[in-house]
Amino acid sequence: MSTTTGAKAAETTKRGNAISDALIIAWRNLMQFVRVPPLLVFSVIQPIMFVLLFVVVFGGSMKQMVGGSYVNFLMPGILVQTTVFGSTQTGVGLAEDLSKGFIDRFRSLPMARSAVLAGRTTSDMVRNLVVIMLMVIVGLLVGFKPDGSVPGMVLALAIMLAFGHAFSWISATIGLSVKDVESVQAASFTWVFPLTFLSSAFVPVATLPSWLQPIVRLNPVTVTVDAIRSLVVPGLVVTGVTTGGVDWPAVAGSIAWISLLLAVFVPFAIRLYRRLT
Amino acid sequence: MTNDAFIHIEGLTKSFGDVHALRGVDLQIQEGTVLGLLGPNGAGKTTTVRVLATLLQPDDGRATVAGLDVVKDAKRLRRIIGLAGQSAAVDPNLTGRENLTMVGRLYHLPAAEARRRADDVLERFDLTYAANRTAKTYSGGMRRRLDLGASLVGHAKVLFLDEPTTGLDPRSRAGMWELIHQLVYDGTTLLLTTQYLDEADELSDKIAVIDEGRVIAEGTADTLKDRVGGTVLDIKVDQGHYEQAVAALAGLVAGAETLNPSHSEITLPVGAEGPAVMAEAVRRLDGAGVTITDLAYRKPTLDDVFLTLTGHAAEEEQDEDAEPEGKGGKRRGRGRRKEKV
Repeated sequence: MSTTTGAKAAETTKRGNAISDALIIAWRNLMQFVRVPPLLVFSVIQPIMFVLLFVVVFGGSMKQMVGGSYVNFLMPGILVQTTVFGSTQTGVGLAEDLSKGFIDRFRSLPMARSAVLAGRTTSDMVRNLVVIMLMVIVGLLVGFKPDGSVPGMVLALAIMLAFGHAFSWISATIGLSVKDVESVQAASFTWVFPLTFLSSAFVPVATLPSWLQPIVRLNPVTVTVDAIRSLVVPGLVVTGVTTGGVDWPAVAGSIAWISLLLAVFVPFAIRLYRRLT
Repeated sequence: MTNDAFIHIEGLTKSFGDVHALRGVDLQIQEGTVLGLLGPNGAGKTTTVRVLATLLQPDDGRATVAGLDVVKDAKRLRRIIGLAGQSAAVDPNLTGRENLTMVGRLYHLPAAEARRRADDVLERFDLTYAANRTAKTYSGGMRRRLDLGASLVGHAKVLFLDEPTTGLDPRSRAGMWELIHQLVYDGTTLLLTTQYLDEADELSDKIAVIDEGRVIAEGTADTLKDRVGGTVLDIKVDQGHYEQAVAALAGLVAGAETLNPSHSEITLPVGAEGPAVMAEAVRRLDGAGVTITDLAYRKPTLDDVFLTLTGHAAEEEQDEDAEPEGKGGKRRGRGRRKEKV
C-alpha cells in the first residue's frame, strides 16, 4: 500500500518536474524578445505587412469573387498562415541551441527529456498568440468586421494556437533531423509555402483548377481556415462556396488533424531528441 | 584497487560511420583527483567526455561514475555530474545570475536555493559585479567562467571540462586555472581534456595521453616528460645541411632523436645532460661544416610527447581524423563541432 502511494507520489513529482522544466525553458526562450526588442518588432512587422499588402493588392479584384468583404475572407486565412509560418521557428531555434552547445548542457542535466521540446513549442505558441493579437488589431483598422459569437471566437483562437503548436512539433522534427540552422530555415519554406498557398486561405477553393481541388480540400490548412472563418465571420457568404453559419464538420476536421499531427510528431521529435549524439 | 575507482572506464568503443572515434579506452579515476586527458584534435577526448556525460551511448564497453552506469543509470547519474563543453553554453540574452539560477532550477533545486547557489557561484567566480548584465556583454574569459560556474550550481560531485581554456587569452587562461585549482581543493573529482601539456601538467594529478581513440600512455606529468627526456634541445640548420647534421649527431643521445618534418630542425631529448650535449652537438656540427641557424633549450610540448610515444606529430592527426568525409563527418556538423571527436 505504502509503496503504491510512494510510487504515485514519485510519479506526480516527475510530471511536476517535466512541466516546470518545460516552463523554465519557455521562459528562457521568451526572454530573448524582452532583451532584444527588435527581434519582436520584426517578427510582427512581416505578418502585419502581409495583411496590408493582401488587402490593398488583392482587395479590389477579389471583391466580386467573394461577394462580401475580402478583408473578412482574408483575415482568418492570413492568421492561420502566419501561425504556421511562426511555427517553423521551432526547428530553427532548436538547431541554433544544438549548434551553440545548449542542448548538450540540457541533456547532461537531470531535467525531463521532453522539457526542451515542450518548452520551445510553448514559447513559440506564446509568440504566435502575440502576433495573432497584433494582426487582428491591424485587421480591425483596415475594415475587418468579425461577427461571430464570443465563444466561437475563443474556440477559433484555441484552434489556431493548437494548429500552430502541432506544426511546431513537425518543425521540431525537421530541426532535430537537419540540425544545421540555415538548412532548417531553407527546408521550412519548401513545405510551408505550398501548404499555405494550396489552401482556402487566400482564394475560394472553387476558383482553383478542378484537378487540384480535391488535394486542396484535404489540406489541413484548408480545413482549419474553413473552421476558423466560419467561427469568426459566420455571416460571410462566398458565392457558390459557403452559405454562412458555423461549419462544424470543418471544426471537427481541424481538431482531428491537430490530434493526428500531435500523435505522430510529438513522440517522433522526442525520440530524435533522446537519440541525439 | 581498480574497483575503488570513482570513474571506471573499460573497453569503450564508439564509431561514427567510418570514423572510429574510440577504439577501446580504459581509464580509472580516483575520487577527488584530477585526470587530464591529453591529445590532439580528433584523438577521442570529446567523445570520451560525451559518453561519461550521458550525451552519447558507447557502441561497446562500459563506464561507471560513482558506481552508476552511464547508460543504464543515466538518469540518476545526471544529478551528480556537471559538464562544461568547448563552447560556453551560456545564454547571451540572460544575465549571469539568470543563467546560473536557470541551471540550478533544472537541477531541481528549490527556487530560493537555486538563487542562493547562483549568488555563491558568482561571488566565488568573481562575477558578482556583472551578475545583472546580460552574458553577451561578457568577455570570452568571463563567459567561460560563467559556464564553468553553471556546471557547479547543482552541487556536482564530478565535473567534465572539455578544453576549458581553448581560445582564451593567457590572462583568462590563468584565471580559469586558478578556479580549477580551487575546485580540486574542494575535493571535486575532475576529468578535463586539453591539447596543452603545460595545462595538463598544471592541473592534473594524472595524465592520460590519448591518440586515435586509445590511451597510449598514462602517468604523472613528470613521468611523461621523462619519457621525452625532461628537456629538449632544438637545433635548426640550413636546409641543405640537414642530412649531414643528422649523420653528425647520430648516437649523441641515447634513444631516438626526433626529426622535424620540415627537414631543417632536429630535436634532441637531452634530460639533465643539457650543457654537455649542447657543447658536443655544436662541436660535431661545426666539424661537419653544418651551419647552425638556431639553437635552443626548451621544455617538451605535446608534440614532443607525441613524437616520442607514437612516432608521428600531433598536428597530422587533425587532418586525417578530425574532418572525415561522408556520414561520420556530417553528423558532427559544422564549425565548432569539427573538433569534437
